[in-house]
Amino acid sequence: MFVSYKWLQDYVDLSGINATELADKITKSGIEVEGVEKKSEGLKGVVIGHVLEREQHPNADKLNKCQVDIGAENPVQIICGAPNVDKGQKVAVATVGAVLPGNFKIKKAKLRGEESHGMICSLQELGFESKLVSKDYATGIFVFPNDVEVGKDALEELGLSDEVLELGLTPNRSDALSMLGVAYEVGAILGREVKWPVVEKEEAAEKATDYISVKVEAKEDNPIYMAKIIKDVKIGPSPLWMQTRLMSAGIRPHNNVVDITNYILLEYGQPLHAFDYDRFGSKEIVIRRAKDAEKIVTLDEAERTLTPDHLVITNGSEPVAIAGVMGGADSEVKNDTTNIIIESAYFAGTVVRKASKDHGLRSEASARFEKGVDPARVREAGERAAQLIAQYAGGTVLQGAAEVDELSMEPAVISITLEKINTLLGTSMTVSVVESIFKRLQFGVELDNETFTITVPTRRGDITIEADLVEEAARLYGYDNIPVTLPIGSANPGQLTDYQIKRRKARRTLEGAGLYQAVTYSLTSQEKASQFALEARESIRLAMPISEERSQLRLSIVPQLLEVVKYNNARQIDSLALYEIGSVFFKRDEQELPEEKEHVAGAITGLWESHLWQGEKKPVDFFVAKGVIEALFDTLGLADQISYRQAEINDMHPGRTAEVLLNGEVIGFIGQVHPTVQKDLDIKETYIFELSLKALAEAEVAPIAYQTIPRYPSTTRDIALVVEQATKAGDIQDIIEEAGGKLLKEVSIFDLYEGERMEEGKKSIAYSLKYYDPERTLTDEDITKAHDKVLEAVKEKAGAELRG
Amino acid sequence: MMQERLLELQEEALQKVAAASELKELNEVRVAYLGKKGPITEVLRGMGKLSAEERPKIGALANEVREAIATKIEEKQKALETAAVNAKLATETIDVTLPGRPVNKGNLHPLTRIVEEIEDLFIGMGYTVAEGPEVESDYYNFEALNLPKSHPARDMQDSFYITDEILMRTHTSPVQARTMEKHKGQGPVKIICPGKVYRRDNDDATHSHQFQQIEGLVIDENISMSDLKGTLDVFAKKVFGQDREIRLRPSFFPFTEPSVEVDISCKICSGKGCSVCKKTGWIEVLGAGIVHPNVLEMAGFDSKKYSGFAFGMGVERIAMLKYGVDDIRHFYTNDVRFLKQFNHHEA
Repeated sequence: MFVSYKWLQDYVDLSGINATELADKITKSGIEVEGVEKKSEGLKGVVIGHVLEREQHPNADKLNKCQVDIGAENPVQIICGAPNVDKGQKVAVATVGAVLPGNFKIKKAKLRGEESHGMICSLQELGFESKLVSKDYATGIFVFPNDVEVGKDALEELGLSDEVLELGLTPNRSDALSMLGVAYEVGAILGREVKWPVVEKEEAAEKATDYISVKVEAKEDNPIYMAKIIKDVKIGPSPLWMQTRLMSAGIRPHNNVVDITNYILLEYGQPLHAFDYDRFGSKEIVIRRAKDAEKIVTLDEAERTLTPDHLVITNGSEPVAIAGVMGGADSEVKNDTTNIIIESAYFAGTVVRKASKDHGLRSEASARFEKGVDPARVREAGERAAQLIAQYAGGTVLQGAAEVDELSMEPAVISITLEKINTLLGTSMTVSVVESIFKRLQFGVELDNETFTITVPTRRGDITIEADLVEEAARLYGYDNIPVTLPIGSANPGQLTDYQIKRRKARRTLEGAGLYQAVTYSLTSQEKASQFALEARESIRLAMPISEERSQLRLSIVPQLLEVVKYNNARQIDSLALYEIGSVFFKRDEQELPEEKEHVAGAITGLWESHLWQGEKKPVDFFVAKGVIEALFDTLGLADQISYRQAEINDMHPGRTAEVLLNGEVIGFIGQVHPTVQKDLDIKETYIFELSLKALAEAEVAPIAYQTIPRYPSTTRDIALVVEQATKAGDIQDIIEEAGGKLLKEVSIFDLYEGERMEEGKKSIAYSLKYYDPERTLTDEDITKAHDKVLEAVKEKAGAELRG
Repeated sequence: MMQERLLELQEEALQKVAAASELKELNEVRVAYLGKKGPITEVLRGMGKLSAEERPKIGALANEVREAIATKIEEKQKALETAAVNAKLATETIDVTLPGRPVNKGNLHPLTRIVEEIEDLFIGMGYTVAEGPEVESDYYNFEALNLPKSHPARDMQDSFYITDEILMRTHTSPVQARTMEKHKGQGPVKIICPGKVYRRDNDDATHSHQFQQIEGLVIDENISMSDLKGTLDVFAKKVFGQDREIRLRPSFFPFTEPSVEVDISCKICSGKGCSVCKKTGWIEVLGAGIVHPNVLEMAGFDSKKYSGFAFGMGVERIAMLKYGVDDIRHFYTNDVRFLKQFNHHEA
């Protein structure tokens, strides 16, 4: 909503407070003023001129040579290219030395051999947006009405020296979508009264009801409808002051009748519509829901197909307007119109919104109906419009109006105690402070002891409950005056849940291991949604995606991380290690929310160690990535519950991929991205993992229990075992651990040999076995006994031979 | 005679000790003078010829001489050993300005960093961290928050719907609704709710179809606007600096009444007005308010007994303001050169 500072003064005294100060006060008490604009800022030297003579430029077909009286001693010669310039016009002249928008300075010039002392201006040249310029002057200079005084400041006459406040209205404050509404707000802030326009009825003896009748068939959508008749109007331009006010509010002037309806819309917040009575097609207005597939050609010459969702004004047989949205072309007010119907009505927001949305027509009118107009102003707005039309378009207002009025206009009555207000705000306002706030708002106030009974005017439809009154009190008391306290009350233990702690532990561990946390999008393409998915389940598609790229909810995180790898690789960052913790989404029944599981995924590529001046570098391999997740399992206390199983997974390297099992259940995978996929993505050798964080965090973990530090020495025995190439080191380790009994405390691999000195198809794995007993020093005999069992077991179960 | 001989030997030996430049040489001196076959021993052997009076004197002198020589040898030996060690260490000198072997070290994403910081602040004030699903029912996302089906803010165009009743949550407020419901009308509730949210926006420098929010909710008896103001003051000072001030401006949200927008004083110009704060001295950081009685009642709380406040903010916005990030897309591109910058604790 654009509010002219000058215009506002018609309704509220603004003396002693300039536009900027006013803007600041309005913002602080509830409506954000997004800007204060003075269009004439930086402009100067534009005066009203009178074109005394106009003749064709001797050397140019499209130029005019004008002699213009600018209020100076002598007329000046100005060359003007506008097609509509003519003798006798009053025009805006940028004199020599003038400054126009864009810091455009006017100098004396010679155009095709003729001197020009200034420029006759179009409104666009003075800074008006084209969409605001009346169609009459869209392609030429602006012509003032004849009564303007030559030599006067044209910027002033055009309202450009006015200041315009731009209000950013929240949806609840539609009451401020009118000058009167803003006046009430400003009046409350400043403690000043609101002056209403004076509507003086001057009506003919002839009755409006003799010319038209009104019937409402859809009373829920249209509880009040009023039609005034004005006879013998003369269509022409509206007064200049009205045009400039409309333009300052962002509305383009058309003609006196249309401008007046728009002026009332701005003044009262009540949208009106003017029909040409003679082209209306009947003497009866019927308001009803449209019939299916009924058609109307609207003012913009578009044929629109209606449905019963839309409310229409009809002439009894055909729709003549879409209620609250747009009038029909047939009954439009044109230059030859003489008799008009002025419609002032209350249309329900929902039905207007539906039509406005379905037809893609949003207007100043529909916006106001959608948010709810003040029903108390419907009638007065209509009367005021009729009066202004009689005043500025000639014509006679017929007596009364044809109307249907079944609107119940009971104002809201709300009681609230002073204590409630003070408790909710943490303030200690007195009765009189609060009372004065409600009075400034011009609410009805009844006070019984410390209980206020407030009658809320219908213009403030947003106020329905106690809390709304508390807000009014707060904003006018001033938020700066509210004290600063902290809640007191029962103390809660503030803490993270076990799950949340484990998630943070996982983050710390992965960061400690050298991985950066990434955050990527949950929405992805259909193809990527299920790539690398741990569980082959159906993914979910959005009903109305913005793009295919972001149409599906992800089942896995890895594809997004690979995108990140690709992005970085393309920027010469070859070594990187990333992880992400985030949800993946699995489809369930249509009616149910999907299953969301938190996963942790990682991608590692390039060099893992790089310390070049000491000649050390080590590329990432499977075991680097595995080490990272082992550290994670260790931190979460799950090392003993995890196992790995060689696996083949789509898009993964078939020989370098493992499933990760938690107590025998697959909860993730780790491995190298398939080289073809790497090539397609244009990324280097990359190792990835994705695990169900949910499964990890929810697994039971043994409590920490102190174990005696050994007091007796341990003994280590090393063995090198020759086994089949395909035999897994992990399996042998399991066999050793099982066979070693309780004396065997640690098993580690210290060598792996697969070279040419081995028999074809064999490899050698060397294990170091540490034996000890916390209670005594072990004898050779004890150890040999245990160790022999190990050797026996590996031979029997894994076919392992001791390497000679 | 013997006396002079001994003193002569002492003089001689001490000179040799002083002259010795290597341990080996020193050892030779030791063997030569203090050994069993050395001259002092030899002198002592001749003591038989002395009178009973002289014998103890010479004996004592001989011991003194031995002692003196031994002491000097020992001193010298230590000096030589130290010199030898020093000489060896000198050859081992390295260039300490060469870089150390890097330890692999990652860090949190800046958004998570902000979230954890805020979580910790509020945990310290007795809040717990509540979370909820990112795909939500229309009921929790809108209806339970006083946004009925006909509400204009609920346009299909603005949200990612999956079915008519299920959508990507557009804010973290449904977590508040769910938590309140779990409390079955019993206060107090003190929660902070971080999470990802989704809006049907095209991505550009200031919009992201996915972003993160963090919201807070307190419900108890006698919770007031001043409590909200105090809580947000603590927040602003912790996150943006002790010298920051906050300002509340009236606003509108369907789930709070009264509602406020909260500004912090501009860090760049300290409130004087600059381009960052659009010359106002203030920067809008979050929305807040007193929980709407309808929201309390819908979740089963008696709005006559209980009141509450709620606040919510965009994590990206906080991070952008705090770190001066100029494009929201950086948070989702994950350029390592960007991620690496958020690596240390700020005082």
